[in-house]
Amino acid sequence: MAALAFSRQAKEPAKEQPKEPAKAAEKKEDPSETCLACHSEKTMTTRHGKQTISLYVDGKRFAKSVHAELSCTGCHSDLDPDNIPHPTPAKVDCSNCHAQEGKQHAASLHGKALAKGDSLAPRCVSCHGNHDIVPVKDRDSAVAPLKVPFVCGKCHSEGTPVQQTRNIPQHDILTNYSESIHGEGLLKRGLTVAPNCASCHTAHNILPHTDPNSSIARKNIASTCTRCHSQIEEVHRKTIKGELWEKEAHVLPACVDCHQPHKIRKVYYAQGMADADCLRCHANDNLRSKDGRTMFVNAAEMPGSRHAKVACSQCHSEVNASRVRPCETITKKVDCSACHAEVAQQYQRSVHGQLHAKDDPNAPVCRDCHGTHKILGKRDVNSPSFPTNVPGLCANCHREGMKAAVRYKGEQHEIIANYSESIHGKGLLKSGLTVTATCTSCHTAHRELPKTDPESTVNPKNVPQTCGVCHNGIQEQFSHSVHAAANDHSGKQLPVCSDCHTAHTIQRADQDQFKLEIMNKCGRCHAAIAETYFETYHGKVSRLGYTKTAKCYDCHGAHDIRNVNDPQSHLSRANVVATCQKCHTGATRRFAGYLTHATHHDPRKFPFLFWTFWGMTSLLVSTFMIGGLHTLLWFPKAMQMRRELRAEEAREAAQSSADEKQAGREAK
Amino acid sequence: MSSTAKAPEVVSRPEQVTVPPTTTGPHKQLEYVRFQPRYRVMHACMVLSFITLALTGLSLKFSYTGWAARLSRILGGFETAGFIHRSAAVLMFTVFIGHLADIVRTKKRQRRSWGEMLFGKDSLLLNGQDLREFLATMRWFLGLGPRPRYGRWTYWEKFDYFAVFWGIFVIGSTGLTLWFPILFTRLLPGWFINVATIIHSDEALLATGFIFTIHFFNTHLRPEKFPMDITVFTGHMPLAELKRDKPREYEELVASGGLEEHLAEPHQPIVVKTVRFFAWIALGTGFSIVVWIIYAMIFAYR
Repeated sequence: MAALAFSRQAKEPAKEQPKEPAKAAEKKEDPSETCLACHSEKTMTTRHGKQTISLYVDGKRFAKSVHAELSCTGCHSDLDPDNIPHPTPAKVDCSNCHAQEGKQHAASLHGKALAKGDSLAPRCVSCHGNHDIVPVKDRDSAVAPLKVPFVCGKCHSEGTPVQQTRNIPQHDILTNYSESIHGEGLLKRGLTVAPNCASCHTAHNILPHTDPNSSIARKNIASTCTRCHSQIEEVHRKTIKGELWEKEAHVLPACVDCHQPHKIRKVYYAQGMADADCLRCHANDNLRSKDGRTMFVNAAEMPGSRHAKVACSQCHSEVNASRVRPCETITKKVDCSACHAEVAQQYQRSVHGQLHAKDDPNAPVCRDCHGTHKILGKRDVNSPSFPTNVPGLCANCHREGMKAAVRYKGEQHEIIANYSESIHGKGLLKSGLTVTATCTSCHTAHRELPKTDPESTVNPKNVPQTCGVCHNGIQEQFSHSVHAAANDHSGKQLPVCSDCHTAHTIQRADQDQFKLEIMNKCGRCHAAIAETYFETYHGKVSRLGYTKTAKCYDCHGAHDIRNVNDPQSHLSRANVVATCQKCHTGATRRFAGYLTHATHHDPRKFPFLFWTFWGMTSLLVSTFMIGGLHTLLWFPKAMQMRRELRAEEAREAAQSSADEKQAGREAK
Repeated sequence: MSSTAKAPEVVSRPEQVTVPPTTTGPHKQLEYVRFQPRYRVMHACMVLSFITLALTGLSLKFSYTGWAARLSRILGGFETAGFIHRSAAVLMFTVFIGHLADIVRTKKRQRRSWGEMLFGKDSLLLNGQDLREFLATMRWFLGLGPRPRYGRWTYWEKFDYFAVFWGIFVIGSTGLTLWFPILFTRLLPGWFINVATIIHSDEALLATGFIFTIHFFNTHLRPEKFPMDITVFTGHMPLAELKRDKPREYEELVASGGLEEHLAEPHQPIVVKTVRFFAWIALGTGFSIVVWIIYAMIFAYR
């Protein structure tokens, strides 16, 4: 029994199933000796039908076997040693002792075939032998690791009846195996830990891969392989993290999709071959799907792409290599998230992803931006995601009139056209500065969210940070200004970069148009102060369209606007004169007393101006009233004079020229 | 003024000169010389500088109208417009100072006392006669009396004259403050610049408004002289008009026997045409400015 226990422990149970149709049961108490008295005779045979069967038992080898301690009748229990010749005994049932193995075998491919009466189906003895069964660890064992391939190969090598007449999807199994890294390890290098057939297929529980309980069923393959390759995740996709391989095997490619069964090599060779399998059909440019889409794959595109080393089946993951058309088992579209899990998560959060989740036909998916087989890295100038190509890519939907622009209800219009004319657009598209901000720089590549979403990079709260990615120094200044959220607790809406610079029509800050528009930007919130500014010389000249006079930012600063009470303000007592002197060389403190936002409409704040204005206005009004009245009263009289004059002229014209001369003399 | 260069009939004041009249043939109808060439030049310079100042200045005052921005562009931008404005101001100051110098020179040449100058017969200072004429005018306007027999200067002409005096003083002084703010704020507080702006701007509005409406009517556009009285440019006025418009002056001249000294042959037609052309431009510009002011004040004010 010790041997039995040992064999179970070794998981390669060596079962003794001496099924000799023995007849020479000895009468002695020593079980083996009694039997061997007859059965040690090599010529001892019996006839079974037309077959002649040897009844010889090698006593020496039996003595060395794990079953040596059992008597012959321990297995051949139905034999009566005294009844010679024995009637044809029943087949030895190993499961009397090896119950579990027996059960597994019965349920296995082999056992079921046997039950159906398949003459080629193997029994215990077919693999383990009979009287000479030694422990599986013994190198002489028929099922020692080194021998397993040949044990299996007895039936499963090319040319055998099993391989020829039974439905075995694989071919050249033994040849392929022996050339594989596994086979090489085992057979050439003698590494007994290298997997043999039973390592993957199990010893007794052999099931077809279509059986979900099979160790080689698609969903189980990963766990089968990882029994040895326990840390294979580490050298494969980091995102897979072990779990997905097992939990979502239907999504992910199984080991064998790449590492084909039996052909597993040291180098990652399989994909070329796998692709070649796909391309047997898909290289045909006339290939169409049922709904008419072209199924042509241009293999020439692949070598240059980011996925050059990714096999077809890694993305088209549901292929089943055992089918004639491995792709016929595909039910889902390519799921990039299998590898690009982080990006996919971002995408799912984005507006694009949310629309996609609602099956909105307008929602862009990975391939709409990245393409399909010819996926290029974002640093490749030909990639649609190369910075200079991004605006054009987004424009496919966001250009005015296109599907995204049509459904958009916000304030931004002509986004692409405006962007192209903006400082960023010109920098990127005209100057070719690939570091210039493009759509994705602000909106992110995969996590685009509407402005209203607090997590959006273009949400007002986040805009300074978004712009600050490039304009770091400005963000730093801004963070200390009165406009920074951290410094204002009034609850008022604060301006962010885009409120002054706009989102898509950003101009150079040193351009006149920008300088002029900025006053209106400030004035949107600071309406009263802007109004009074426009009553001063500075404001009036600015309004005429000239930029040389002081604008808001010339005095207050642009990004570093601080409260005037702040000593660091450009307008603090210590700094104001220097601020005036930027333009007015020689300005004094008294000069700085000029009221830059004066109004003559506020008698309390500016009494001098108020009374001056009304004094001047009164003078003006009274002068016009007196002058106007004078003129009005005069007018009828003047008209009368005119009529009289005309009448006189008419009379004079009637007189002769002589009279005129006379009139001339009279005048003297 | 091209006419001044050609004008050979420079006639000095009647009191001084007693040159016998050199009237040519009876074919030519002589005209009364109301303004001597230097006064014509002076007025032309005033016209030029005033309109220039008005255009450039108002473009700033009414900067909120599209008109102003366009005008400013035409004038070459605010810096150029500012330069033009100051240049015109210099011209006006020159005219002003030149006029004051002329008064002093005239006094010396004529050896008259200041009292005589200021309160004499042809002085431009308002006097009792003007008050009487003003009251008589009011009666005339109301149909209660005949037209007064005005002399050399009517009260409204005197008013116009002093309006310019006042205007140059007020607008000029505040203008200089705005021109040299750093200099002026050595003495004055910073807010005085704001006050000066208001005074300069509103007084300028008053001046332009008054000149381009009431002054234009009073002296150039009166129906009996419509469309235009160019006496101030040519210096000449038909004798009949003198008789009709300023009968007292005519009578006094006849009485003193000095009338003939003040007569001259009319200008060449080309001279008159040129003057008219110039005057039309000035007049047109003035009216345009008035229209613009009204538009800016009423329709575009903010």
